[in-house]
Amino acid sequence: MGQLTIQQKLEILADAAKYDASCASSGTAKRNSKNGGIGSTEGMGICHAYAPDGRCISLLKILLTNHCIFDCHYCVNRKSSNVRRARFTPQEVADLTLNFYRRNYIEGLFLSSGIIKSSNHTMEQLVEAARILREEHDFRGYIHLKSIPEADAELIHQAGLYADRVSINVELPTREGLTRLAPDKDEGQIEGALARTKDRIIQAKDERKRFRHAPRFAPAGQSTQMIVGADDAKDADIVGRASTLYRNFGLRRVYYSAFSPIPDASAVLPLKRPPLMREHRLYQSDWLMRFYGYAPGEVAQAAEADGNLPLDIDPKLAWALKFRESFPVDVNRATREQLLRVPGLGTTAVARILAARRHRTLRLDDVAKLTQSIAKVRPFLCALDWRPTMLTDRADLRALLAPKSEQLELF
Amino acid sequence: MTAMQNVSLGAHYVVHLPVPDDFAFWRERARGLIQCDVPPDRVSWVEPGGTGDLFAQEGPSRGEKRLPVAGDDALPVRASKRFMTLARNAALHSDPQRFSLLYRMLWRLQSNPRFLEDKTDPDVRRLEELDKAVRRDSHKMHAFVRFREVKSEDGAEHYVAWFEPDHHIVRANAGFFMRRFASMNWSILTPRGCIHWDGKTMRESGPARREDAPQGDPVEVLWKSYYSSIFNPARLKVGAMLSEMPKKYWKNMPEAELIPELIAGAQAREAGMVAAGEREIRERPGSLDEVAKGISGCRDCPIAECATRAVMGEGPELVQDFSGLMIIGEQPGDQEDVQGRPFVGPAGQLLDECLASAGIERSSAYVTNAVKHFKYVQRGKRRLHQNPSAKEIDTCRWWVEAERALVRPRVVLALGASAARSMLGKTVSVGKVRGTPMPLGDGSELWVSVHPSYLLRLDGKARAEQGQLFARDLMAVRERLAELAA
Repeated sequence: MGQLTIQQKLEILADAAKYDASCASSGTAKRNSKNGGIGSTEGMGICHAYAPDGRCISLLKILLTNHCIFDCHYCVNRKSSNVRRARFTPQEVADLTLNFYRRNYIEGLFLSSGIIKSSNHTMEQLVEAARILREEHDFRGYIHLKSIPEADAELIHQAGLYADRVSINVELPTREGLTRLAPDKDEGQIEGALARTKDRIIQAKDERKRFRHAPRFAPAGQSTQMIVGADDAKDADIVGRASTLYRNFGLRRVYYSAFSPIPDASAVLPLKRPPLMREHRLYQSDWLMRFYGYAPGEVAQAAEADGNLPLDIDPKLAWALKFRESFPVDVNRATREQLLRVPGLGTTAVARILAARRHRTLRLDDVAKLTQSIAKVRPFLCALDWRPTMLTDRADLRALLAPKSEQLELF
Repeated sequence: MTAMQNVSLGAHYVVHLPVPDDFAFWRERARGLIQCDVPPDRVSWVEPGGTGDLFAQEGPSRGEKRLPVAGDDALPVRASKRFMTLARNAALHSDPQRFSLLYRMLWRLQSNPRFLEDKTDPDVRRLEELDKAVRRDSHKMHAFVRFREVKSEDGAEHYVAWFEPDHHIVRANAGFFMRRFASMNWSILTPRGCIHWDGKTMRESGPARREDAPQGDPVEVLWKSYYSSIFNPARLKVGAMLSEMPKKYWKNMPEAELIPELIAGAQAREAGMVAAGEREIRERPGSLDEVAKGISGCRDCPIAECATRAVMGEGPELVQDFSGLMIIGEQPGDQEDVQGRPFVGPAGQLLDECLASAGIERSSAYVTNAVKHFKYVQRGKRRLHQNPSAKEIDTCRWWVEAERALVRPRVVLALGASAARSMLGKTVSVGKVRGTPMPLGDGSELWVSVHPSYLLRLDGKARAEQGQLFARDLMAVRERLAELAA
């Protein structure tokens, strides 16, 4: 095996990075290159392409290297795995980023890495790639750096000065899972790094208020990721853990990554991969907590007896079916909070209803114009000409509202 | 003089727009017409190349001339900020009715300034649809424009893209590309007109054809390999991709030509990964007999192919004879492979001696190995022992964990680094962890010591020293067992 070409390295290191779910490029400080440099960020992220797995490609998402001295069982790059290894220099990463950026393929860079030599050495390399982009090329696009919790606080601080977003993965929802599947990692260390980053972000924001030229620190905040289905944590545990993380560390996002079969898998991994739908339901419950005013305990109430959210219906509908005494609500009188609890009404639809009812008393037809599917919301609403009477209390309501299960075709 | 005096009764007015995306022009004319109280059904708006309605009179100049002029005392025309934002976007839509809609809404806004809030109104809904379509088209332009590098004669780099928008959005989005690529020379060519930036000024030119754009770029090869590598074949969701990146955009995106083969190959790639990990989908064995049967058929790693047989652990027949101690070695050696029992070769004999002198009865312990098959290289007639790799130990953990779950020891004694890895899932240094118990997940504790074969390789003083240390480890285990039993 001779020297790898850039293309071969890119193939190996992009392949190794695809298990990181995050691709957001939004919510950072606004910048443009009218007075020099290259690149801009305008608040809204842009997805420059979509892969056939339905995920967007917004950033050049690669690892600096997939060599790793750690041995986490769920990870394709763990020390004992037989995958091909490659390594970029920080300069190569910067050149590749710029070449892609100039052709409008990407919004910026998402750089992560396996641990080589030591955590500090690796972190230095990550920071160096960001430094070349920012200082030598005056790159003003988006940079997301994955921090290594075991690295020195000073290095993580450096990363935040160059990057728009920093993230530190909590990896697994429970401490037991982490000890069992990621034996080299330590929950205390990860949470310590998250807490330090949070403090730095708050401090930098405060400084910006007092001094116009104070340096920005990770203006797009920090995020984290956990793997779902690699240990036996239930959805209720995961939701609880996520809400603690949001509360304690001021995270912008918690990403859930359904454990998916990896080449050369380790033997202690679970028997089956979790259904992709589980990941989707967790994101939905995440949204319920962040935008719909549900407490983590309430989301947990939507879970079934085994502690997991139902897969066939969404968590909001599941909650509504369990707490039918809260329904139906009157579209013409209910508060915003009550309307947000109606399955099938999103934040946009609720805003539209609130605006429209200042002008007229809404009939069911009017509601139909403002929502995606009237059939779904009808059992939980009253309008001027509509009362669901028995419908809300019907025993087979779930069957009426759940998506029809598809019969397999004869073979 | 009132505005109405300038309007001929029953007249129908036609306004010809000079360019299809000229919002400012529409705004100017619409303001005048509203001030003259011309109702919406009396005005037609015609864009270049379009036809007016039946009442329209030929020629832009004649239509223009007939427009009424508002007097100086005419009331100001008012519109909400929200309407202006929506209207600016809607004016870029390719729907020929858009300016009539905007005029009708502006007319209605004069009597009811808040009617935009009523989202059930058909005009409001249509305006929002137009706005949304234009915003989406602009967003897709920001995302899907693909520049290709062209070297001009003087060596300067020029980046040229070809894009086919659905609406008249090119000029409105020039600013975005200028702010982002201010230091580059670039052109975006479209069938609705082109924009060019030379690092200082923006220039516009007429419609272009696809052939005018460059055909390739060397960096596209890298981009395509990135695209196909970042795609995870285990989670194919073609519908989600199509809703965000409809097929109409594909022809101008270099990476899109890979999509059909990626989709076609995805199932095969995932099936390959799952087949390689087939072992994971097995049920955990429910008895030691099942483990024994399982390991003899196990082909998860290549060692199994060369060994004679898998060597199962052994322990007392009856539960009451079990002292709660599980001893784990590394892997069967030559003798173990021949006889099919653990720890019966030279290392096993040494272990027996040491156990006896430490006061541990081997027959009351469960004895097994981290790896179930003998790994060796053939040297003449001799089969030379080879250390199992980390991967092989991890593969075999499945079986050792099953044994441990069934035997349920109170104390596990791991002999050597391989055995310790098998229990902990990570490599530890025996020298550092020996003598201190480590808790295992199921409540039992792990003690680590050296493998007896290590003692066999030493001689003289070193052998005596290490022998003592080993004996001390065994004594500690015995004491701990007695403590736990009490």
